[in-house]
Amino acid sequence: MTAIKEVVNRFGKEEALLLQVILAVQDADPQNHLSEEAVNEISREMNISRSRVYSTASFYSEISLKPRGMHIIRICTNAPCENANKASILAAIKQELGIKIGQTTTDGLFSLESVNCLGACYMSPAIKIDDAVYGDLTPEAAVAIIRNLRKEYQNEQNA
Amino acid sequence: MNKMLDDDQIFNISPGRHVDLDHHCQNGGYSALAKALAQGPETSLKEISDAGLRGRGGAAFPTAEKIKMLRANTEKLRYIICNADEGEPGTFKDRFIMTHIPFQLLEGITIAAFMAGASEGYIYVRHEYPEAQKILRESIEEAERRGFLGENILGSGFSLSLKLFSGAGSYLCGEETALISSIEGKKGRPRLKPPYPTQAGLWQKPTLINNVETLANIPKIIEKSASWYRSFGTPDSPGTKLISLSGDVQNRGLFEVPFGMTFAEIISEYGGGAKTGKAIKAVNIGGASGVLIPPEMLFTPLEYLACSKTGITIGSGAIFVLDDTRSILSNVQNRLRFFLHESCGKCTPCREGLRQANLILDRLLAGEAVRQDVSTLERYTRAIQEASFCGLGQAAGNSLRSSLAYYRDEYLASCRDNKPSFIEEETA
Ligand SMILES: Cc1cc2nc3c(=O)[nH]c(=O)nc-3n(C[C@H](O)[C@H](O)[C@H](O)COP(=O)(O)O)c2cc1C
Ligand code: SF4
Ligand code: FES
Repeated sequence: MTAIKEVVNRFGKEEALLLQVILAVQDADPQNHLSEEAVNEISREMNISRSRVYSTASFYSEISLKPRGMHIIRICTNAPCENANKASILAAIKQELGIKIGQTTTDGLFSLESVNCLGACYMSPAIKIDDAVYGDLTPEAAVAIIRNLRKEYQNEQNA
Repeated sequence: MNKMLDDDQIFNISPGRHVDLDHHCQNGGYSALAKALAQGPETSLKEISDAGLRGRGGAAFPTAEKIKMLRANTEKLRYIICNADEGEPGTFKDRFIMTHIPFQLLEGITIAAFMAGASEGYIYVRHEYPEAQKILRESIEEAERRGFLGENILGSGFSLSLKLFSGAGSYLCGEETALISSIEGKKGRPRLKPPYPTQAGLWQKPTLINNVETLANIPKIIEKSASWYRSFGTPDSPGTKLISLSGDVQNRGLFEVPFGMTFAEIISEYGGGAKTGKAIKAVNIGGASGVLIPPEMLFTPLEYLACSKTGITIGSGAIFVLDDTRSILSNVQNRLRFFLHESCGKCTPCREGLRQANLILDRLLAGEAVRQDVSTLERYTRAIQEASFCGLGQAAGNSLRSSLAYYRDEYLASCRDNKPSFIEEETA
């Protein structure tokens, strides 16, 4: 838990930094979420009530109070992507991972989420995996990207 | 991009080209800041005022007037916030500015802060844009190292401390008062206006909030003069507008378009027209919170006055084209669901109105609605637009209202009790 103390010290304890601290703590978490212990620790370190920390954290859709996978796959649901055949991409991803939106694969490798417009409508349908945006997608391309990530992970495990 | 404007464009954005600090300076960058600092805030402000620059974040408020309000305030500590939340579905212009010409934006922020007398500032960038955040963070540091930001800028005695603030996934945080709450560490819920941010904004201090595109216009106006700026566009709407073009057109992308062109011209000249063999059925202007208009209305020019007369909201400048294979109803529902998801729930017309409207659309799309439902939907739309607390709810009805006006037949055709069209239809 010293990691959180370090984040708070790096940012500062002002109230204005609460959201930035929460995001940094979530980023550092192997399960990409804000755990109950993390909330308690942030509350203690910043001297902000736990309910305030929860209230801020729960408002924003990019913050998760539930553990998530190592890679987060976000599929854009807005009209330009929807019209560009988002449905077929989503179906292919769901089938490849065996999960629905809002779920995490049992191996903890992937979570699937929906997201609002990624500012990539000129190459819709678009998805985002972690920090990278992929556009002009086909179902095959989406599956290939996922399989590559899985392979990378397995190679790391074997190395 | 920029087929119509050659050398003298305001946003020199070419895909894949990142303008770094040296490039920016070679292209005349930061000469505007030096000029502004030398000639003083009043002279610079007059140039912006003469140029007729209006906000590009949606509400089109005159930028110079906003800055004057800050100057009229006696409070010494003033903030500047660059609104880079860009949550409007269908819009990607601010993202391109941040990743391609970040120093033009930083220079604009610095000049605006100087004119407004602001010494501290934030760029509020949505969390969904990590690449833009990274580029801006690095650009801020570099500008500081080179004396274009931070303490005693270019030896002028003027200082600006600028920080990047990340959003965390909330469309509503683009609304200026919600954005302020978010920086203050709270939920991003809107506040009552007045007081406006120019009077009591961040931490109750006077605050200038402007959109990315608005701020990025400023260096060019200062560098090249208001009359140069007015050589683009129309007397009512000077300059150019960045258009995010998507949907069923040949070329999608970002285009810098002079005000005054008609939407039909924009779609054919930049977008190459509808996809081969298809006809345009409807065009959505202004993103999810904009309107859906039929092709007959595309002869309206891109101009604030002309558009407000015909009920078109230019908004963020997104144009999304639907061809004749598309369903108006499912497009409207897509937008409704977006607003329903993003509604903060603070007021009933928005929270419940959108929910009920969505249920009616469910019934319409399932073929289970009756004609009475269409009239009810119309009533709800009015209530949502007129009684919602903030701009989210007020604008959420635009797509409903316009589609009910122009595509009423499609709504009625989906009703179970649809009668032949010669029978007088009932109204609310
Ligand atoms: C729901 C909602 C979302 C908004 N989102 C944005 C946004 O993402 N970016 C933006 O610049 N303005 C947005 N606005 C408009 C801002 O409240 C504000 O008018 C604008 O930032 C002012 O800057 P400007 O005068 O340069 O346009 C939004 C407004 C509403 C009601
Ligand atoms: S209109 Fe909607 S988003 Fe705005 S305050 Fe009301 S409930 Fe919240
Ligand atoms: S609508 Fe999907 S990226 Fe914009």
